[in-house]
Amino acid sequence: MKRSRRTFLKQAAAGTAVAGAAAFVPTRFAIGQKAKLKIGLMLPYTGTYAGLGNNITDAMNLRLAEAGNKLGGREFDIVKLDDESAPPKGKDNAARLLVREKCDLLIGTVHSGVVLAMAQVAKEENKFLIVPNAGAGDVTRKGCAPKLFRTSFTNWQPSFPCGDVALKDGHKTAVTMTWNYPAGHEMTQAFKDSFTKGGGKVVKDILIDFPSVEFQAGLTEIASLKPDCVFVFFAGAGALKYMKDYDAAGIKARIPLYGPGFLTDGVYKQAGAAASGIKTTLHYADDLDLPLNKKFREAFKKKTTRDADVYAVQGYDTGTFLVQGLAAVKGDIAADKALIKAWESAKIDSPRGAFTLSKEHNPIQDIYLRQVWGGEERYLGVAHKALADPGTGCKMA
Amino acid sequence: MAGPVPGHDVFRASHFRASHAIQSPRDGGAGGGVSYFLIQTLNGVQYGFLLFLVASGLTLIFGIMGVINLAHGAFYMVGAYLAWWLAERTGSLFLAVVLALPVTVLLGLAIERFGIRFLYDRDHMYQVLFTYGLILVLNEAQRVLFGNDVHGVQAPQWLAGTIPLSEAQTYPVYRLFISVACVGVAGALYLLIQRTRLGMVIRAGSTHREMVAALGFDIARLFMAVFGLGAALAAFAGMVASPVSTVYPGMGDNILILSFVVVVIGGIGSIKGAFAGAMLVGVADTFGRVLLPTGAGVTVYAVMALVLLWRPQGLFGRTL
Amino acid sequence: MPRYSRASLALIAGGILLLALFPLWGDTFYIRFFSRIMIYALFAMSLDLLVGYAGLVSLGHAAFFGVGAYAVAGLVNKAGITELWVVLPVALLSAAALSAAIGWISIRTAGVYFIMITLALAQMAYYFFNDQLYWGGTDGMNIAQRPTLGLGDVALIDLNNRVQFYYVTLACLAGVFALLSVILRSPFGRALVGIRANEGRMRALGYDVQTYKLIAFVVAGTLAGLAGFLEATRSTFATPAYLGWHESGHVLMIVILGGMGTLFGPVIGAFVLLLMEDFFATLTDRWLLIEGLFVMAVALLMPQGIAGLPRRIAALTAARRENGDG
Repeated sequence: MKRSRRTFLKQAAAGTAVAGAAAFVPTRFAIGQKAKLKIGLMLPYTGTYAGLGNNITDAMNLRLAEAGNKLGGREFDIVKLDDESAPPKGKDNAARLLVREKCDLLIGTVHSGVVLAMAQVAKEENKFLIVPNAGAGDVTRKGCAPKLFRTSFTNWQPSFPCGDVALKDGHKTAVTMTWNYPAGHEMTQAFKDSFTKGGGKVVKDILIDFPSVEFQAGLTEIASLKPDCVFVFFAGAGALKYMKDYDAAGIKARIPLYGPGFLTDGVYKQAGAAASGIKTTLHYADDLDLPLNKKFREAFKKKTTRDADVYAVQGYDTGTFLVQGLAAVKGDIAADKALIKAWESAKIDSPRGAFTLSKEHNPIQDIYLRQVWGGEERYLGVAHKALADPGTGCKMA
Repeated sequence: MAGPVPGHDVFRASHFRASHAIQSPRDGGAGGGVSYFLIQTLNGVQYGFLLFLVASGLTLIFGIMGVINLAHGAFYMVGAYLAWWLAERTGSLFLAVVLALPVTVLLGLAIERFGIRFLYDRDHMYQVLFTYGLILVLNEAQRVLFGNDVHGVQAPQWLAGTIPLSEAQTYPVYRLFISVACVGVAGALYLLIQRTRLGMVIRAGSTHREMVAALGFDIARLFMAVFGLGAALAAFAGMVASPVSTVYPGMGDNILILSFVVVVIGGIGSIKGAFAGAMLVGVADTFGRVLLPTGAGVTVYAVMALVLLWRPQGLFGRTL
Repeated sequence: MPRYSRASLALIAGGILLLALFPLWGDTFYIRFFSRIMIYALFAMSLDLLVGYAGLVSLGHAAFFGVGAYAVAGLVNKAGITELWVVLPVALLSAAALSAAIGWISIRTAGVYFIMITLALAQMAYYFFNDQLYWGGTDGMNIAQRPTLGLGDVALIDLNNRVQFYYVTLACLAGVFALLSVILRSPFGRALVGIRANEGRMRALGYDVQTYKLIAFVVAGTLAGLAGFLEATRSTFATPAYLGWHESGHVLMIVILGGMGTLFGPVIGAFVLLLMEDFFATLTDRWLLIEGLFVMAVALLMPQGIAGLPRRIAALTAARRENGDG
């Protein structure tokens, strides 16, 4: 018995050695710039945000195909990774793409918690990160870096103008409600900033355990507090349920509901009458009367049979961003300074309207007011022109 | 964009809750005094009923079979998903429940026959390990079969309205129905345990398993029956709560931990204990959220710790 | 009981030597990966003390792991303290304190109650970090800086250097292994094993069983805190998931897969399971399904784990020989 144990342990040690040796084999050998550019794409492809991940990916691929599938004359490979919107795995997933797969640049993601992890890894590895959605303020505020860029928004941006919208509608008191986690706080804080600055008063902030969708306790409180209006941030299925519950509770008629566009985007049709009348602010609206928007929506629908939404637009713009930047450096991803300069001064023609980047690398864009009525979400006007995120704490600017 | 991922996060045990009424206090101020308190109690009790259904199965399975089944929450999830899937296709939640219940019971029986059976006399640790693996398998299987999205379930039309309780208070009818349904099932369970032969054998088996076997009862079939019953109870709870809680990946994990707390508080093997524990947890959780919003998640566990300091075997458990 | 024959000692030394030499030719990704595996091996060893030797099946061991990580996050991010000689003891003390508290409540129970209570109390700790925005909430906290170890201006060890960190982790792993071996060989350790074998008898012999269990619980918890400290340093990230029951289940899996009741079993288990997970993750998104099936198979067919395989194979062949099939 002793002998077999000894043999076994020997084999186990040998096995570990072999595994270790196998890890040594290099995955790719890049010879100068003629080799393909390797792009790491980290998005949720499973979970509630799978739809968002898919829209971003499809729209980005659409745009890249429009550019002949070459970036600055160079071919590229995209390595996709499903991050499952799981912050604990964020670092390891980003490391897998940047270190193991040796991607030249990283694009991602949807979830704010995950993107913070990605940003830290990108900074450590000194690689570019382009964020096509996640709105965590830190990426372009306290945690900003020369190689971090965003083509979407900060959580603050779409919510901030909503305060003025509510004030203009004559409301003096408000209650906010959201999930108890950083993104929710950033959104409601932005609303509070503008609402209170204009003389409004936020009576209470109701927080719901994340990611619970049991809103009744909060709705009861709203009914008893009787504010002039309510501002909430929820998204996806949570947003859908909220709109329905809000209506079913009978409050909607008496207390109008506001929120950033994520409240209604993609789900308002399913909510039916429950969504009617809700005003939202967002950096995009489906029916924007811009030629590029119309063209894009048609192309996206043709390619995927799905209707484009704000996430698809952001994916599309990320494609444009890549095309323009790499064209300026003729595909040489190693030309850091030139590429940064090209991107910092880029003017992106987007279905949402043209935009440029702020010094902190976040889009400066118009925020539109939309409202759901007659079964459609309609563009009402511009809630705030050329809004830039304050970028507090960014030491780059 | 921020990432609220309802239910996707396997690690997070969030709480599903029965709702309570929308209330406009007559005095026009915030809160509402006595009626608010009563509504919250009603909510807590409702929540307790749902927990009771799930926890009673868990405690039966442990008490009679000596098996700790971590995958019990999976029956809750399977029930909910089947109800949703069938309701979408048949257009009727009621029909969906009728069809889905036997399917879930069959699943439970299969799991017992081909897995749990081999763990009866083993150390609890292997039961924990096996059923933990089972959770992973069932959760992933659910994702493969039904996808990753969150789904809403429509309550039946005839239950979809609201009842005016007074001049300004309304209460969703369906939520009342949940309570009624649970009371019905609890009552049927009581009759089963106290008034039928099977129930007698169950009661005997939970304290004197060997004796029951020695008396010639087919223990294997008894165990299968108990496991199937536990699965059915959990599945029914999942089905009936689905219009309220929505259907999402990993929803079974959430309810499992709470059921554990209920069983620990009530005492393993005791249905009475499961009921008392469930009510206690339901009410404690509801009021915890109302009175201490930031410390809400902790309330239930604090209660459990207190109960255990006083009686380590639970309220109605056998002394260790 | 870890009484190693000369041959086994040689093998363990060989294993350590192999691990020590690995960074010389290993791919940078795998150096980091192996660091992570060794951290989990340490974590699993601490649980093995409870499960394999004291007979206490804790389903909440991750709470101490997570607390160690959050101690680092709190000191670095909130108090700006990065000196290792402050951060490490605080992490260890936090884990010790929490395990003393949870242990004191849990040890009053036994069997299934113990399992459930450790699970539930760990959940309580989970919620504490998950619900408070101060700790970063459910998204967790990025740790601004790794702990530093220096004398004045001179850095003794640079934990940002992946290779140096690897060796620090290896040293901790080997150190904990040695420490636990010594503890288990001491009268205390033997009493623990006796308690696991027959608690009533030990009590009759006059041993204060509850105290022994509690001490074991706290030692295990503190070592888990060390693993948490290392993980927080490795990933510069602290998340409530570190305290979750999924994490607790995962480390229990490692212990049982590797073979509980042997100290090197968890090390083997950590390597096998984590490498396996990595491998399957490249094949399919649904790799958890495969892992689940694997776990179920291990529970049914391989209760003694990998480390117990040789014993089982030997027993099987011996039985066959006895039956005259030889």
